[in-house]
Amino acid sequence: MASVAEKVVAGDVRAVARLIRDIDDGMPEVREVLKELYPHTGKAYVIGITGAPGVGKSTLVDQIIAHLRKRDKTVGVLAVDPTSPFSGGAILGDRVRMQRHSMDPGVFIRSMATRGHFGGLTQSTRSAIDVLDAMGKDYILVETVGVGQDEVDVVRSAHTTVIVVIPGMGDDIQAIKAGILEVGDIFLINQADREGSDKTLSDLRLMIEMDQKKYDQGGWKPPILKVQAVFDKGVDEFLEAVDRHAAYLAETTGSLNFRGSRDKVRQELGEMIKARLIEEVLIRLTESGEFDRAIDSIVKGKVDPYTACEELVLPVLAR
Amino acid sequence: MKQKRRVRVMVAKPGLDGHDRGARIIARAYRDAGFEVVYTGLHQTPEEIVEAAIQEDVDMIGLSSLAGAHRYLFPAVVQLLHERGADDIVVCGGGIIPEDDIKRLKAIGVREVFTPGTPLDQIVRWVEQNVTPR
Repeated sequence: MASVAEKVVAGDVRAVARLIRDIDDGMPEVREVLKELYPHTGKAYVIGITGAPGVGKSTLVDQIIAHLRKRDKTVGVLAVDPTSPFSGGAILGDRVRMQRHSMDPGVFIRSMATRGHFGGLTQSTRSAIDVLDAMGKDYILVETVGVGQDEVDVVRSAHTTVIVVIPGMGDDIQAIKAGILEVGDIFLINQADREGSDKTLSDLRLMIEMDQKKYDQGGWKPPILKVQAVFDKGVDEFLEAVDRHAAYLAETTGSLNFRGSRDKVRQELGEMIKARLIEEVLIRLTESGEFDRAIDSIVKGKVDPYTACEELVLPVLAR
Repeated sequence: MKQKRRVRVMVAKPGLDGHDRGARIIARAYRDAGFEVVYTGLHQTPEEIVEAAIQEDVDMIGLSSLAGAHRYLFPAVVQLLHERGADDIVVCGGGIIPEDDIKRLKAIGVREVFTPGTPLDQIVRWVEQNVTPR
């Protein structure tokens, strides 16, 4: 019997799908599998795509898949949709736009819900990227709705982060300015045939050019491209921009391996430590009953939550 | 902290029938019940549905059919799952499906068929009782 990791490396679709499920469901066993897979990772090029709901991210991803396949590249897709905060359920509908690729063995598409991960969305997505990477996919496209720190972090961990906007969303650009504008390596104005695309272009250009000093010192200047994903216009130009960004990364960092960048590794390892600590501490406090007792004490007004937290955490760390 | 496994289901519209309102309402009801629902959209072939179900690692496929092609399409999905060694994925159906056909479909492995008028909470309860997240 081949191990799970061996099956994944051999490209076994079912094994890959089930492993991603285990990652999503927070099964502790996956850690061993991920360790075993690690030597097979680091080859894929990861593109993160984010933007407000309805700007056409999934349609764009669908076209990008088609163009990458024309270049004879294999593609993995992780499409992240939000979990309902009320029911914990989710409707994962990104696949609708990409279903034409479902029979293509060179393409693997997986929908993921944001859930309320203890480990953080970033970590489970990062692990899923590793799985698709080990499976041998040349490109991995990660799509998230660009709201919330977690979703932004997910696409930030990509080689190339793409921000998608549409004309007439001036206010939205204002809204994302502080959050995700800084992390964009490429900006796409989708539905560029619509009125107001020139205005959107100049708004974005203005904001990007505020960092001119950085570019003069050799920093990457994010290109802004107009596309029409539905009509398959501008996608080749987009991929050329990705190629240029990849070349820039290779030149400035000396490697395209995600774990070759100190910044990205620092971010990832920090996230992992945080997740693991929370998990270990909560397991112990729950099993010992201390967690529930502290909740009772706070509710009954016997102790304040700040003191309770300190009394719970510090002894665990000292153990 | 070990998380509880979440139920993942796929709602699919096989064939040429373009009436997806029922499928969308079911998808919404499943979401409200706390399931993760992968929706594939209209005009899916059985092959596409099965491939997507495997990639998405769902516990159940809900097939919606309102135009009479269920007698070919539903068994095709069951058969393809079998060929892929994915018999553990529960298949159920819904739509305008005559009583005689329901018997036939159940005999070849479709676990349940819901006809028009079935209350949503009854369908949700059926899933909760008959589909175990792996």
